Amino acid sequence: MTTTTATPALETQARITAEIAEAQAATAPGAPQPRIDFPPYRSSVLRHPTKDPRHADPEGIELVAPVFGHSDLDPVEADLTIQHGGEPIGERMLVTGQVLDGDGRPVRHQLVEIWQANAGGRYIHKRDQHPAPVDPNFTGVGRCLTDGDGVYRFTTIKPGPYPWRNHLNAWRPAHIHFSLFGTEFTQRLVTQMYFPGDPLFALDPIYQSITEPSVRERLVATYDHDLTTHEWATGYRWDIVLTGTHATPLERADHE
Amino acid sequence: MSETLAPTPGQTIGPFFHYALPYAGGPFLVPAGTVGAVRLHGTVYDGAGAPVPDALLELRQADPAGRVPRVEGSLRRDGRFTGWGRAATDASGRYAFTTVEPAGVDGGAAFFAVTVFARGLLDRLFTRAYLPGESDDLLAGLPAEDAATLRVEREADGSLRFDVHLQGDRETVFLSYPRHRS
Repeated sequence: MTTTTATPALETQARITAEIAEAQAATAPGAPQPRIDFPPYRSSVLRHPTKDPRHADPEGIELVAPVFGHSDLDPVEADLTIQHGGEPIGERMLVTGQVLDGDGRPVRHQLVEIWQANAGGRYIHKRDQHPAPVDPNFTGVGRCLTDGDGVYRFTTIKPGPYPWRNHLNAWRPAHIHFSLFGTEFTQRLVTQMYFPGDPLFALDPIYQSITEPSVRERLVATYDHDLTTHEWATGYRWDIVLTGTHATPLERADHE
Repeated sequence: MSETLAPTPGQTIGPFFHYALPYAGGPFLVPAGTVGAVRLHGTVYDGAGAPVPDALLELRQADPAGRVPRVEGSLRRDGRFTGWGRAATDASGRYAFTTVEPAGVDGGAAFFAVTVFARGLLDRLFTRAYLPGESDDLLAGLPAEDAATLRVEREADGSLRFDVHLQGDRETVFLSYPRHRS
């Protein structure tokens, strides 16, 4: 590798792996969210709030999510493989799942946005300098609305893993970024879906920032052979749970 | 019914969201030149006081009469005021929305609800940007220097400035709500 005086030497994977173990050992079991102060993820060091969030009772505008409807998007946006003149390179796949709130109710007719690297692990982004091919037939951006059962569905290409500069030999596990809205502004979620059996999981400080193994595993999709279609695409299923709403039980019953 | 399902954990928005989430018109809750339009702008800073060029803010707000918009069309507004917008920071860590000043809903204080995302930030953050002169129980319960981080400042040109400090001496107060577990 090349280093210059302007570029500090990168830590080894062994060092980062030791830091991951240390940070996880220092965290109480069962933590339901990532540790936002997670030093092995170097970019988090100066970007995490140091104080606990202040408890607030949501009011007014916070209790109502923005409304997205069919006028906001084109149905073809749910198929990332038909946005250009030709077929993208890579493993075509279907990704689907149900979005639920914390009470198990489907989150209906809400916007789901995804973005991802191409099969070679390259983003269509001017700052992504990973020397992997750009696929002219794949942008990696999709949108859809959940249906009346809270189900989303995308057709896309399996993204590749890619290197990044967090430490020496850092490679991110393949993932798809997801952006979700619930029925309240307070339910907003941005997260990442991963693929089963990825050998990079143990080495990745972003994935490992979720210190509880059972919680981490909730970000891993399930391969679903019944969803896989003959001579066309593999299938993955991934359900998402947003936080609970503050609606009264009566109002909630009305929506059942 | 008590909460029975644990929420899916968050993850960072990463560095490469710019080609996916920002969209034409995202920061324009109303068209520039609208009567009563105001610019809400600021800079996102990290713990060293450096601007954060890969952050994204989302805004949710009532209209000037304190009504909560429940209309679709935030991605393709077509003149509708939906009370929601999205703006990425630029190379200098700055963001800007063009909007109207909200009134409080149901007698509450007037504020913009704000969500903050960034590379390096492992889960989204919620905060409030209160209009000048507003007060409520949340602000009253905070030390003055913390409450100040939630107040929008009116600049000489009439625009509203709201800086976000992810960390440091002027760290913004971020919020959690009942039924969140963190």
